Amino acid sequence: MSSYNFIQKAVSHFNGGLKLAGHKEQSMQSGIEAALIPEELIVPLQQHIGKAAKPIVNVGDKVLKGQCIAKIETDSNSEEISVVTANIHAPSSGEIIAIEMHPLPSAITQSTKCIVIKTDGQDLWVDNLSPVSNPLELNKEELKNIIHKAGIVGLGGAGFPTHLKLVQEKPLDTLIINAAECEPYITCDAILIKEQAAKIIQGIQFILHALNIQKCLIGIEDNKPEAINALASALQNKAVDNIQIIQVPTRYPAGGEKQLIKTLTGKEIAIHSIPRDIGLVCHNVATAYAVAVAILEGKPLIERVVTVTGDNLKRSTNMQVLVGTSMSTILNACGYKESTTDEIIMGGPMMGFHLDSSDYPVIKTTNCVLVKNKKSKVEPLPCIRCGECARVCPANLLPQQLYWYVRAKDFDRVQDYQVFSCIECGCCDYVCPSHIPLVQFYRHAKTEIWTKEDEKIKSDHARQRHENRQFRLERKKKEDAERKAKKKALLQKKQGIDTSEQDSKKSAIEEALNRVKAKQTTVAKNTTNLTEEQQRQIREVDRRREDKIRQEKVLNKKEDNDNG
Amino acid sequence: MDNIAPNSVTRMMLNVLYALIPGIIAYVIFFGWGIVLNIFVAVVTAIVTEAFMLKLRNRPIKPFIMDGSAVVTAILLALALPSLAPWWLTFIGVSFAIIIGKHLYGGLGYNPFNPAMIGYALLLISFPLEMTIWLQPDNSLSFAQNLNYVLHSNLNNIDIDTMTMATTLDTVKTQSGLGQSITQIQSNYPVIFGQFAGKGWEWINLMFLLGGLWLLYRRVISWQIPTAFLISIATMSLIFYSSTDTSPIYHLFGGATMLCAFFIATDPVTASTTPNGRLIYAAGIGIFAYIIRMWGGYPDGIAFGVLLMNMAAPTIDYYTRPKAFGES
Repeated sequence: MSSYNFIQKAVSHFNGGLKLAGHKEQSMQSGIEAALIPEELIVPLQQHIGKAAKPIVNVGDKVLKGQCIAKIETDSNSEEISVVTANIHAPSSGEIIAIEMHPLPSAITQSTKCIVIKTDGQDLWVDNLSPVSNPLELNKEELKNIIHKAGIVGLGGAGFPTHLKLVQEKPLDTLIINAAECEPYITCDAILIKEQAAKIIQGIQFILHALNIQKCLIGIEDNKPEAINALASALQNKAVDNIQIIQVPTRYPAGGEKQLIKTLTGKEIAIHSIPRDIGLVCHNVATAYAVAVAILEGKPLIERVVTVTGDNLKRSTNMQVLVGTSMSTILNACGYKESTTDEIIMGGPMMGFHLDSSDYPVIKTTNCVLVKNKKSKVEPLPCIRCGECARVCPANLLPQQLYWYVRAKDFDRVQDYQVFSCIECGCCDYVCPSHIPLVQFYRHAKTEIWTKEDEKIKSDHARQRHENRQFRLERKKKEDAERKAKKKALLQKKQGIDTSEQDSKKSAIEEALNRVKAKQTTVAKNTTNLTEEQQRQIREVDRRREDKIRQEKVLNKKEDNDNG
Repeated sequence: MDNIAPNSVTRMMLNVLYALIPGIIAYVIFFGWGIVLNIFVAVVTAIVTEAFMLKLRNRPIKPFIMDGSAVVTAILLALALPSLAPWWLTFIGVSFAIIIGKHLYGGLGYNPFNPAMIGYALLLISFPLEMTIWLQPDNSLSFAQNLNYVLHSNLNNIDIDTMTMATTLDTVKTQSGLGQSITQIQSNYPVIFGQFAGKGWEWINLMFLLGGLWLLYRRVISWQIPTAFLISIATMSLIFYSSTDTSPIYHLFGGATMLCAFFIATDPVTASTTPNGRLIYAAGIGIFAYIIRMWGGYPDGIAFGVLLMNMAAPTIDYYTRPKAFGES
């Protein structure tokens, strides 16, 4: 390994973290196998952060593999960038049999509209795939467009639309590729690297090209020698020297974005900042692969590698799974018999989602389906302030103090102790000798604080509206009184007629009439009956404005806290 | 194997108990079986009062008894008592520690003061005579004699004054108060001085140090408290080292120094919880302990040092919060 000079050791490290048993060998025994095409695919319209895509097909339509079935139509290019959404494509050919709500295993939303496709088994591709033979000659807008059209999102778990991370709002200098894969059991990235290293390097080059930067660091845990070797030989074959592989010590959560950046660059992303603020942008390694596939083969993101592993499976493996395939299908393919003593987890044991059954579709961000024997529930004891949680916290928080303040509902203190820096990695839960589910308390606190901010903004808004109304009413009253007084004066003066006076009176009256007229027209704007569509637009605008005010207030509040 | 919790309160407390064993053995070698009898009385009292209080407070009894914290409190208090202690002394100390010191504040995790030290302070103030009867470190009493003393407060017609004496710390304090230099004290009281500190005490302290290092290795305690405490005791005794005082080594291996450094000051519930806070907290105990040892009214000031710093712990924690990741 050390023969390659582009494999380097990490320059820094993050505090805390845990050495966990990897459990990765069992799913690395064989290569990636293709999962069968299921009879039915349930394709959620929201598998990404942002707005759900809108279906552009109807029940009864026949679709081909790779055909776009949902997106948000946008008129101009400028707006296209600002809408956070991702296109959805048919993972296989068949017929749309329903568009209906289904629960979703994701932090993004709990349930969403899904397009249900009855597959025809032909798996026929659309005929207008347009692979690009000379990608590095395209300009970056064209590259970004292809990635946008292909519906690519961050495959590491967050699901942020990838094309939106290819913009140069701030000067960038380094692309970070996250291949750490630090959670136990999961091997989908490691095996993808092992088998597709060359394509991944190409994907990285396309992303670099789209960002118009040179430098790339690939962060990978040192427990994946096969993957590291594969990447290194791919780099050597291509004679690329602007991409470096950095081995990071295997220590959970080495793959946390901020933790990885600290390890690779020694830079600490400030609280409430993002990597972009210091010239970095981070993409997952599987995302780079999806980018390469989209550009070189013209294929949209309709499948991904999923690790299927855990207890009570006949075998553990990695599968190339079509989005929308039911988890039970791939579990059955590994010889799993559902049992009430098991629980199904999407993702890893530390941060994954615990599911109530296996009847959920695989989505773009599903990296692992894990079966674990249910833990016998241990009643938590009181916190004894041993401080183990603080020792392992990768965000340098004091979890035990936070816990006390959350329990006391002292949310100002909770914010002082930086609850929003918590990445919910679960290290504190893992080491707590009293078995307190600490992360649950922090999630609860975050939601409470958000709700409180919301309420405050709403009440501020209502008060403001009320005050404005009072002001308008009083102004009207005053104006009415003035007008009356003027009229009276005029009438009184009329009795002693004077021609010159009459003229001036006339013009005064005219002026007053004009004023009233002008006012009426402006007033009319607000009072004329609006169409349904207009009212909806106004509501939209209002909502956006409120959102913005709320965000600003939250930020200001946080800044205040930081300063204090 | 992930299903077995990697850490638990019970595991921590059990480790503390294991780590105390070498020190207890040394205790028995120099002072006889009395200490074992005291531990027995203390543990029984602790379990009974703990169960009683849990029942009164409508808490589940089994998980809280099994956490082992009451047993640790009992043994630490027993180790702080003279090895010749009547049963009622131990009983009062332990039951006060568990009932008032722990449960009236809300039980495990909620007590602001170290329960064992609360019990010790109560006994020292209320029963100064019984609390200062120390055997000579020559293990001259039989098990039966010890038992008789625990039960009936007498030694079967042996005059207790012929068997007992003041401890090394106490002797040095009294005699140097009379203007004697250390060399004079050493020649007048050869029986209480060992190789490098108080006879017997030096070995007991060494064994507690051994157990403490094992606790560090097992990560049951953090390094900050023992380190800061020992450095603070050493520094204080170095600064005030004179012909009427003993050397820093003597202070480090005298009295309850090592027991405090690794087992008492490290009680997580009542100590400071931030890394820097723990340094300040433990250094404070060292300073108070030395001041009370040298110039206060009691021969060993560790209990009061701990209680004083317990009071300060929340404030220390507040001002020593470490910077979060990315916090400027």
